[in-house]
Amino acid sequence: MIPEIGTLALLIALVLAVLQSVFGLVGAHRNDAVWMRATSSSTVAVFLFVLLAFLVLAYGFVVHDYSIEYVAHNSNNELPLIYRIAAVWGAHEGSLLLWVLILSTWALLVSRLSKGLPDVFRARVLGTLGLVGVGFLAFTTLTSSPFTRLLPAPLDGADLNPILQDPALAAHPPMLYMGYVGTSVAFAFAVAAMLSGRMDASWSRWTRPWTVAAWMCLTLGISLGSWWAYYVLGWGGWWFWDPVENASFMPWLASTALIHSLAVTEKRGLFRNWTLLLAIFAFSLSLLGTFLVRSGVLVSVHSFAADPSRGLFVLGLLLFFIVGSLTLYAIRAPSLQSEGGFAPVSRESFLLLNNALLVAAAGLILLGTLWPLVMDSFNLGKISVGPPYFNTVFLVPTLPLVALVGVGMHSTWKRASYASKGRPLALMAIIGLVLGALVAFVCYGRYGLPLTIIGFGGGFFLMASALWQPLARLVRRQAQPRAALGMAVAHFGIGLFVIGVSGVASYKIEKDVSMGPGDTATIAGYTFRFESSKDVVGPNYLAREAQVAITRDGAPVAALTTQKRQFKIQNNPTTHAGIDVAWNRDLFVALGDELGAGKWSLRLQYKPLVRYIWLGGVFCALGGLIAILDRRYRGGIVEPVHPTDTETAAATGEG
Amino acid sequence: MTPRRKRLWTLIAVLAGLGLTALFVSKAFEKNLNYFYPPSEVASGKAPSGTPIRVGGMVSKGSVVRAQGSLEVQFVITDFAKDVTVKYTGLLPDLFREGQGIIAHGELKDGIFMADEVLAKHDEKYMPPEIAKTLKRQPDGTPADGSAPAGAVTR
Repeated sequence: MIPEIGTLALLIALVLAVLQSVFGLVGAHRNDAVWMRATSSSTVAVFLFVLLAFLVLAYGFVVHDYSIEYVAHNSNNELPLIYRIAAVWGAHEGSLLLWVLILSTWALLVSRLSKGLPDVFRARVLGTLGLVGVGFLAFTTLTSSPFTRLLPAPLDGADLNPILQDPALAAHPPMLYMGYVGTSVAFAFAVAAMLSGRMDASWSRWTRPWTVAAWMCLTLGISLGSWWAYYVLGWGGWWFWDPVENASFMPWLASTALIHSLAVTEKRGLFRNWTLLLAIFAFSLSLLGTFLVRSGVLVSVHSFAADPSRGLFVLGLLLFFIVGSLTLYAIRAPSLQSEGGFAPVSRESFLLLNNALLVAAAGLILLGTLWPLVMDSFNLGKISVGPPYFNTVFLVPTLPLVALVGVGMHSTWKRASYASKGRPLALMAIIGLVLGALVAFVCYGRYGLPLTIIGFGGGFFLMASALWQPLARLVRRQAQPRAALGMAVAHFGIGLFVIGVSGVASYKIEKDVSMGPGDTATIAGYTFRFESSKDVVGPNYLAREAQVAITRDGAPVAALTTQKRQFKIQNNPTTHAGIDVAWNRDLFVALGDELGAGKWSLRLQYKPLVRYIWLGGVFCALGGLIAILDRRYRGGIVEPVHPTDTETAAATGEG
Repeated sequence: MTPRRKRLWTLIAVLAGLGLTALFVSKAFEKNLNYFYPPSEVASGKAPSGTPIRVGGMVSKGSVVRAQGSLEVQFVITDFAKDVTVKYTGLLPDLFREGQGIIAHGELKDGIFMADEVLAKHDEKYMPPEIAKTLKRQPDGTPADGSAPAGAVTR
């Protein structure tokens, strides 16, 4: 009986979402106060019913209700409680429910936290979000109901996919979805702006914190996913240019461009059309990501079931939102011309370049991701685009970006002068490069890759440049404006990330070895000794466990344990690597197969500076959080600023 | 500079930028497109030797041979029409098993596929689309429409 409550709740939520969009969009059009108030109430109601459905499914997992097909396919009597809850979003239907829940949560937050918005505008934003909700609720109920019954109910379930039984997985999808779905808020703001023909500084000020919040979640979600792939999936790699990874990365690039372009639109009233387009792109790329994951058109680590009807449905939604919003854009954009100029060297120019480079990177990654699909559909052969392509097309636009960010952070609006800042910046760049060369030759003893020293140097320069103004303010005992501080922290994080990537890419060592008890192998000066192996029994798996002791110059460094787990139900093995973490490197041991003659295959890895990749992501997200807390995003109605108003040009670092 | 001249230079700069980008993308593309060949096409000589390609199929039952205690492994993949022998040195993915679909990346050398990477599907029911298409209506009755729940290819 309880699962039917879930189905019913989803249906009611669908009807309410229709009401939410009709009340919102039509109500705003007719300027009907009652309808517009009803939008907010229906937003709350949609959220409550989706939450109810979600709880019903979670309850099914907790009490092992195998009469629900989805539970039977993704749970098991022996599955620990934490993974039974994570299993709610462990496969297609449930993760879609999570998608919808997060969408309705964003809508709820918008309706609760934006009291300062004019009623008409808020109604349009909520109405647009309602429309997105209608699409995905219909998708869930029509093609992917998680509450389908399986009768007679089996006594035990088929268990959760073993690679998903991991703590990082519990957090990765919700965080990533918060980001993915969060782009719909910026999209809704853009649609509302186009519908009302009003797009001024206060519009940007309303949109910015939401965009940054979504971007922050996306950053954390991608970092978590990369970390998870590192120790569960990827045998020690942190990024594979897998189509689904790309699918999450392209919206990130677009949102990053968007938060920078919004800054210009808020402060200078420029780039309006471009900002609107970016908001549409970011959301479209999120939908495209959903399509790629759901339809199974691409082979990927994350692909869910390949069900053509599901793929078609998402493709339909994708087309509807892209075509709809671009049509609206074509009608409205001419009336939203930006006015006002800026000098070639100015904050505007730097942000314009930032946008061009980020969008170029996103476009080239999109090309590489979709090309296999294009080739296949024209019967030109089955191809895959290799990681070197992505490395190249990503590095070429983003490497100059590192230098631009370091310099551009200190620019001013309209016309920037580097009379007083040029010298310190040049000094920082030189010191950064020298430091980079020192790290390469002294710490690692060799040049590395062609770009190693540039990478290290760029990272150090960026970190120094980011810290400069906050430190200067600290010394002068000035207040730290949160937006400026957030920007500095996020850019500092980019610097950390660049250093981490440079270190891993240049100096990592991977070695597959065959080892028996007592055997040793040495990489990067660390000696790995295979101590012993034994069988271990887990809650829902059996495992072979190997003990590996690591020494350096005879001194013990770490004792690692690595397991190959054989899950009882799904009969799928997974590898649990042993990782020793230090501030400057990871040592990584993964157990392979038994090779006969008492030997095992083992993969040994030395990963210098790899932690800074994820730490950089955390700093970026933290920077976003600090920026959202800026004073000017709080408080009530913001006085509308005239479109051509240029007095808002700020003197110092607000990004 | 007159506005007209300024516009001309901007146009030239933009076109040059676009041209360079196109050139560099096509170069990067050329080098990194890996074509996929089923065993039948390898056997009939359609697949090129000496350039990186991918092959995929089912690992034949009883074909996995390993020198005792060594990382070198040899196996046969099949599309139930033709076979290809694959050699690989290193760790095989978790789900590498006889009777399962895999994709190998590497080069053909004297009719033997020297793999530098082996990818296996990550679920018993999931089939990479390339293999599914190759195996359509094959004797072992494996569904080729991919109508199976969650799964993935992984390394």
